Order: sequence, then structure tokens, then C-alpha cells
Amino acid sequence: MSQAFDKVLDARGMNCPMPLVNARKEAGKMEPGQVLKVMATDRGSVADFQGWAKIAKNVELLGQEEESVEGANVYVHYVKRIG
Amino acid sequence: MGTSIDTRAGEEKSRVQALEEKVQELARRLESLEERAPEDRVAIVVFSGDLDRVLAAFVIATGAAAMGQEVSMFFTFWGLSALKKGSELSGKTFFQKAMAMMSPASSIELPVSKMNYFGVGAKMLRAMMKEKNVSSLEDMISLARELGVRAIACEMSRDVMGIRDSELVPGLEHGGVASFLADSLKSRTSLFI
Repeated sequence: MSQAFDKVLDARGMNCPMPLVNARKEAGKMEPGQVLKVMATDRGSVADFQGWAKIAKNVELLGQEEESVEGANVYVHYVKRIG
Repeated sequence: MGTSIDTRAGEEKSRVQALEEKVQELARRLESLEERAPEDRVAIVVFSGDLDRVLAAFVIATGAAAMGQEVSMFFTFWGLSALKKGSELSGKTFFQKAMAMMSPASSIELPVSKMNYFGVGAKMLRAMMKEKNVSSLEDMISLARELGVRAIACEMSRDVMGIRDSELVPGLEHGGVASFLADSLKSRTSLFI
């Protein structure tokens, strides 16, 4: 998937709830319509970002993917700020 | 003829009136329903003073705040230890002094609920968390503050245990059961930890 994004948040090595908390902080600084790419190594972040997008009114989860970077599983989330 | 038109106009008028009354009644009922509907709010009672439990409370609180919920945490009894910045002894009663000496002086000293072994267990858990890059309880507490999580200290248990305001971190609210209930009745989620 080649999703366009405006900003990258490297949350690799962070554990629950920090990927979510930091993504929220970054998203708060962004303009509506902008997309944040979050890279995390926390496996739980996959479900966490889905839950966040389901509950919060100002974000939309455009997609998630899993890739392998230097032997580690990295979970990538694309979050769009809406309104 | 004239009378029949008048009657019809009269009927029309009373029907409109009945409808208006119905609409007003519905509006009233909707308003009272809206007043009672839960908001995007989470209320947590932190009763425990165990490191692991308090940590769970703060993970939920910061996570919920990040998800856009308004979060209130009510600290009562042993949970107040998590809000302490130090212990004072002078001027306290015998029991209050004993309580102060046997309770943690701050969040740093909180024991774990299992396998504490006079604090060794708590130190071990903290070391293991650090190893896994999990934020410390103190980081979580300041993060919660930053995210606008409200912290309310239970006035009754604070008073009973002889904990002074000067022993607690600044920026707390003080309240009782009603302040918790006012929040929890409006919350989608209420937890007792």
C-alpha cells in the first residue's frame, strides 16, 4: 500500500499506551485532512488504533500494514485528522 | 353552511393545538433524556495503593484521554498514597503518625499486590517495566495531568487517614461521593480499582 502522508511518528520501542498517546498528541497538532503515519512495534497498537478511530470523532484510520524492519515487526498505521 | 365552516375551522384549530402540545411534551422528554444520556466520559475510583493496580488505572486513564474521553480519577483510602509527595509526622495523632509511618510516602514507594517482599517485588516490577520500555508510574501520572485527566482526592478518607493537603501533590480537586457519582452517572465507563 502506498498511502500518502504528511507526518511520521516513530513510536517503535514504545509500549501501551504510549503509541496511542503520542499519536493523539501529534494528530492534535495537525490540520484536518492531514495524514499521520505511525510506526510501532507494539503488537497491541493494531487493535488500539482501530478502537481509537472507532471512538474518536476527529480521526479516521485509513489503513494499517505490517512490515519487517531490521528483523523486527513494525506495525504501520495511517491516521487522518478529520475536523 | 356558515356554522359548518366555523366548526371545521374550530376542529382544525384544536387539532393544531393538540399537535403543538404533543411537540412540546416530546421536546421536554427529549431534553430530560439528553440530560441523562452518558457523555464521552470515564470515571475511575482508585481505592488501591498497589503499584500494579494504580498503574493499570493510569494506563486506562491516559489511554481514554488520548481517545478523546474526559477522564476523572477519584483517589480514596490507599489510593491516596499515589498522590503523596511526602509524609509529615509533626502535630499528628498517635494513630495518624503510625498510619503515616506505615504507608508509602509517595508513588515511588508503592508496593505490588503480590510478591512484594518488603518492596523487592515492586523494585523488580519497575526494573522489568523499564527493560520493556513501559513508562514508569510517575511518567504516567504527569502524562495524565498533561492530557487533562482530573484527579480528585476523597476528602473523607484523606481526613480519616490524617493526610494533609501539604503531603499531596498540587493541583488536585477535593470531593466526596457525590462528586464521583455526578461524573460516573454521566460516564460510559466507571471503574473501581
